[in-house]
Amino acid sequence: MAEAQANAENGIRIRNLYKIFGHNAASYVDMVEKGMTKAELNEKHGHVLGLKDINIDMPSGGIFVIMGLSGSGKSTLIRHINRLIDPTAGEVIVGGADVVKMNPRELREFRRRKTAMVFQKFALLPHRNVLENTVYGLEVQGVSRARQVEAAMRWIERVGLRGFEKSYPNQLSGGMQQRVGLARALTNDAPILLMDEAFSALDPLIRMDMQTVLLDLQKEIRKTIVFITHDLDEALRLGDRVAILRDGEVIQQGTAQDIVLNPADGYIANFVKEVNRGRVIRLDAIMEPVEPDARPIEIRAHAETTLDEAVTMLTRAGQNELSVVNGDGRAIGRLDLQRIISAMVTPATSE
Amino acid sequence: MDWLTRFPHMNDDTLRVLKKSIDEGFRTFTRAYGDSIEAFFQPLQYFLIQSERFMTNTPWPIILVLIAAIAWIASRNWKIVLSSVVTLLLIGFFDMWDDTMKTISMIFVCTVLSIVIGIPIGIAMSRSNRLQSLINPILDVMQTMPSFVYLIPVVMLLGIGKVPGLIAVVIYAIPPMIRLTNLGIRQVDRDVLEAADAFGSSSWQKLKNVQMPLALPTIMAGINQTIMMALAMVVIASMIGVQGLGQPVLKAIANQYFTLGMFNGLAIVGIAIIFDRVSQAYGKRLQRHLEVIHG
Repeated sequence: MAEAQANAENGIRIRNLYKIFGHNAASYVDMVEKGMTKAELNEKHGHVLGLKDINIDMPSGGIFVIMGLSGSGKSTLIRHINRLIDPTAGEVIVGGADVVKMNPRELREFRRRKTAMVFQKFALLPHRNVLENTVYGLEVQGVSRARQVEAAMRWIERVGLRGFEKSYPNQLSGGMQQRVGLARALTNDAPILLMDEAFSALDPLIRMDMQTVLLDLQKEIRKTIVFITHDLDEALRLGDRVAILRDGEVIQQGTAQDIVLNPADGYIANFVKEVNRGRVIRLDAIMEPVEPDARPIEIRAHAETTLDEAVTMLTRAGQNELSVVNGDGRAIGRLDLQRIISAMVTPATSE
Repeated sequence: MDWLTRFPHMNDDTLRVLKKSIDEGFRTFTRAYGDSIEAFFQPLQYFLIQSERFMTNTPWPIILVLIAAIAWIASRNWKIVLSSVVTLLLIGFFDMWDDTMKTISMIFVCTVLSIVIGIPIGIAMSRSNRLQSLINPILDVMQTMPSFVYLIPVVMLLGIGKVPGLIAVVIYAIPPMIRLTNLGIRQVDRDVLEAADAFGSSSWQKLKNVQMPLALPTIMAGINQTIMMALAMVVIASMIGVQGLGQPVLKAIANQYFTLGMFNGLAIVGIAIIFDRVSQAYGKRLQRHLEVIHG
C-alpha cells in the first residue's frame, strides 16, 4: 500500500541514491556498492561517502521525518529532493518525473511549482521586510502583485505574524523569523514542503510551539512534508513515518511506534531509551483481546489514542480499565492501567 | 669583474631599436586608426559638453538648491546638507564657482562612466574565478602605473582635450568600482542564495533580487572610492586640457602662486568632502535594515 501511495501525485520515491563527494565521484559508486566502507573510501581514495543506497517512499500528504545526528547525511539527503545537490547515482521520483534527469529549465519550474523549503538558519532576505520575503516564491513565479500580497497576508496571519508585515528579519526573534520562513514556504502553495532542521535553531519552548503550529497547519493543508531533525522526540512527535539515518545509510524506517517498539539495532535502541514512550505508543499496540463474556467497560478509547492520553482519561474518570474501539466504535481490545503504565516505563516486548 | 658592478644589460643598440620600433608601430597605429577611435568616443564628448554646459549655464542658485536636494535625498541629514551649502557658498565667494562646476561635471561623467563599465565587469568577475584571476592583475597595473605614463598613449591617440582626460581619469578611478562589486557579490550569504535557488529563481532573478541588493552597500563603498580617486586625478588631467579646478593649480605650480594653489586645492578638498559624506551617508542608509533591534 505504501508503494501505491508513493506513486500518487505528490509522493516522493527515492531509489538507489548515492552521493559521493570528490573529484571522481562517479567511478567509486561501484566499489561502494560492492561493500567499500566510508572510512576506506576516505582513507584510500580521498572521497567522502555522503549517502549510500538510499531507498525511501514518502507517501503523499504525510509528514515524513528523516532523523540523524550531525554528519549522518540528512541535510544532504533533503537537498536531493529539489536537487540543490546533484546525486552521484540514483533516482528521485516525484509525481512520475525523475528530478535527477530534469534539465535546468524543468528543474526551475519544478522548484517553483512543486516544492517549497524552510531552512535551519531561516535564510530570509535581510533587505526585505516580512511581506516582501513572504511573496518571494510567487514573485519568482511571475504571479500578479495583488495575488502575491493576498496569499502572503493570509499566511502571515495564519502563522501569527499579523502586524509585523513591515518589520525586517533582523528586528524579529528567531522564532518569529522562522514563522516568516514557514509563511514564505506556505505562500508558495507547493504540494511538497521541505523542512531542513527548521526548528533546530529555536529554544525548546518555541520549538514545541512551532511543532504545534506545523501539526495544526498540516490538518488543513495536507502537504507532503519532509522534515529533517536531529531530535528523536521531535521526529516521533511530528512524523507519520520516520527514517533513521546513520553515516549516510538508512538503518530503519517505519512509524514512530515501530521504531520505539522494535528498534532495528543497538544504536537505535540506545536512542529510543530516552524517549517518552507514552506519547508515541498507541493503545492498539499493547491491547489485550476482548474476552467474549467480559463485563462491559465504561471508558472507551480509540485504538490510535496514545498511552499518555489514555492514562489521563482513566485518572480523570477514576477508572482503571478501558475498552479499545476501532473507527466504527466496535470494541477490539481492552487494557488496564497497570498494563498501560508498564508499557510506558519498561521496554515493551515486541509482538 | 665588470659584470658585478654594472648590471649586464641588453645591448644599447638593440634596446634603442626595440623602443624605436614599438614607438613606430604605435605611431602607425595612431595614424591609421586615430580618427575612427576619436569617432568612437564622440558620444562621450557630447555627454561631457552637455553636462558641463548644464553646470555652468544654469544660474548658480538653482545649482545650489539642486545639490542641496541631492544631499538631502541621499543622506537625510541636515548637517551634511548645511555644510555642503556653506562649502559651495564659500567656493563661490572666492570666485571659483565656474571652475568648480566644470570639475563637478567632469567627476559626474567619470563616475557615471565608471559605474556603467565597472559594475558589469564586477558582476562577470564574481561569477568566474578564471575571469577574476585574469582581471585582478590588470586592475593592479591600472592602479599602480604612474598616471603620467598612460597619459602618453591616450594623448597620442586622441590629442589634448576633454575626452582623453576623461579616459585617463576613468582608467585610474574604475578599479575600486570593479573590485568592490566583485567582492560585494561574492560576500553574499550562501544560505540566502540557496534559498533563492530552492524557490526556483533564475540567475537573473537571483542577481536582481538577492545578489545586487545585498552587495549594494559594498558597491556604494566602491562608488565612493571611485569619486575620491577621480577627484585626485583632476590636477593631472588638467595637464592634458581638462578644464576646472586643476588648471589654476597647474598654473600656480608653474608660477609659484602660493595663494592661488591653496585656494583651488582647498576647493577640491571641499567638494571631495561633500561627495564623500553624502555618498557614505547614503551607503549607511542602505544598510539600515541590518541593524539588530531585537536582541
